Amino acid sequence: MQKRGRPSWAVFAEKALEGIIYLCGFSAIIFVLGIFFFVFKVALPVLFEPNFSLSQFLFSAEWYPTSESNVRYGVLAMIAGTFSVTLLAMLIAVPFGLGAAIFVSEFCGSKLKETLKIIIELLAAIPSVVWGFIGLTVMSKLIVQFTGAPVGVNILNGGIILALMSVPIIVSIGEDALKAVPDSYREAGLALGATHWQLVYRVLLPAAKNGLLAAVLLGVGRAVGETMAVLMATGHAVHIPDGILDSVRTLTANIAAELGEAPENSNHYRVLFLTGVLLFSITFVVNLAADLVIRGIKKK
Amino acid sequence: MTLHLLFHRTLVFVAVLAATAGLFQTGCGKRESGGAGSGAGKVTIQNKGSDTMVNLAQAWAEEYKKAAPAVDIEVSGGGSGQGIAALIKGTIDMANCSRNMKPQEIEQAKKNTGKEPKEFVVGHDALAVYVHKDNPINEITFEQLADIYAEGGKITKWSELGVKLAGGDDIVRVSRQSSSGTYEFFREHVLNKKDFKLGSRDMNGSKEVVELIAGTPTAIGYSGMGYATAGVKMLKVSAKAGQPATAPTSENALSGAYPIARSLLCYTLGAPEGDLKKYLDWILSATGQKIVGDCGYVPNPPEKHTK
Repeated sequence: MQKRGRPSWAVFAEKALEGIIYLCGFSAIIFVLGIFFFVFKVALPVLFEPNFSLSQFLFSAEWYPTSESNVRYGVLAMIAGTFSVTLLAMLIAVPFGLGAAIFVSEFCGSKLKETLKIIIELLAAIPSVVWGFIGLTVMSKLIVQFTGAPVGVNILNGGIILALMSVPIIVSIGEDALKAVPDSYREAGLALGATHWQLVYRVLLPAAKNGLLAAVLLGVGRAVGETMAVLMATGHAVHIPDGILDSVRTLTANIAAELGEAPENSNHYRVLFLTGVLLFSITFVVNLAADLVIRGIKKK
Repeated sequence: MTLHLLFHRTLVFVAVLAATAGLFQTGCGKRESGGAGSGAGKVTIQNKGSDTMVNLAQAWAEEYKKAAPAVDIEVSGGGSGQGIAALIKGTIDMANCSRNMKPQEIEQAKKNTGKEPKEFVVGHDALAVYVHKDNPINEITFEQLADIYAEGGKITKWSELGVKLAGGDDIVRVSRQSSSGTYEFFREHVLNKKDFKLGSRDMNGSKEVVELIAGTPTAIGYSGMGYATAGVKMLKVSAKAGQPATAPTSENALSGAYPIARSLLCYTLGAPEGDLKKYLDWILSATGQKIVGDCGYVPNPPEKHTK
């Protein structure tokens, strides 16, 4: 085969493609900044309203957006709601998810592995409104039956539903992280006489630490941001919870339930956008913390 | 090699050509079938608003389809507030409301669309106070309801109402989301415009309220009378402690003896014309009003029916 110079259009196309890919890389930054900018732009004017105070917004549990006598915008109860449901979901999902990831990656045969992976991916594909429906109808009855709670839609219900939703993410990413540990580690461990469990505990988990942490944090992200399922399963009550069987309202569910009726550009509307900014900040802090932790681990 | 490439390119070209042709084909086909189907002109009426009325509005739409097959009526719920908001934006033709439009909302609609909203009373509803079917309580006063629901109210336990329940003593308050006309009506007429106590379970629909109460022995809630099921009980209500309590029945709602009766309303922008007018006339006729009764609400008295 003889060597030819490349036609000029091919050179040009390659350059163009390069440019497009370059843009794709930067688009994430543009989108994030753009979203933050627009959400903040709508929310900003309310900060200068005389009957709005930021400290009330953050530290008061009184949410009366449509009151005729005394309008109050306090989202503390919803912050507490979001955190309590997320925390419970993670307490359930992290052990289950990591356990399942370890089992799938290290302990089970290839046939079982394929079946399990397909089923877990199927679990991830269930729409959140279906989860919410399960929480509202099936789970709530079970919870009333087994715990004697007066109402079945509460933190426990929302936590279990969210856990079920985040487990598939934790499993698939956790499994990828474990798979990425080179086989030579396993061989060396076994050659030194470690049992299978010692190998997992002493070698694989430390080696895959970053990936596993990322898996957990993506699970947290899913739980914090989930809306429809928690809207249906948590009872939607503005109330700082005293126990696991209390109904709560989350920040996301509150936005979803009220944004449709809030008149455009009213204070209520802007405060809901401010809640969006708050959610944005929470996820930003979680991600930043994760990043710092991972860097810390790497330095060691 | 070159031949292969040429062949490949031709193949791609043919494929693209075929796809484009196909696109045009379906485009034409669609236009033709659309033209044939429309006949005298297919009309769509957009109807949105009150959750209390959404079942009724759907029943009307289905029944009207038989009377006028050329008219499509698209019904959605979301709450009276959402219906009004959409009417103000001019995105719908008719809003269903379980409360009156506020003066500032009427102003906004005028400013935005240049037309004055017109109100039609299409039926009546008694706002029922529901409890679980096994709850022994039968009557309740406005004062007690305000003590249970309003901010600063003192009643939190069933024993304070003189009732002993097997499922627990704490009252589980069931309420509605703040866009609901039922929520605002209850706040205005029962709570005297005071705010709701925080911590109530705010459901997103009339039906959900009744469902939650049916599954919760210690719950109390309010919803349209049309949503009663076998699992719940409607209480007799009196406006003042001394007055006799009345049950939410059709007669009591129409006569005004039941203290929390309200009108079910439809709003249009300006006086309705053409198909929208025909539809509203049909709703207000004996046929349309019979459906109001079938859905569990109270129809307008016969002398007010349009012919």
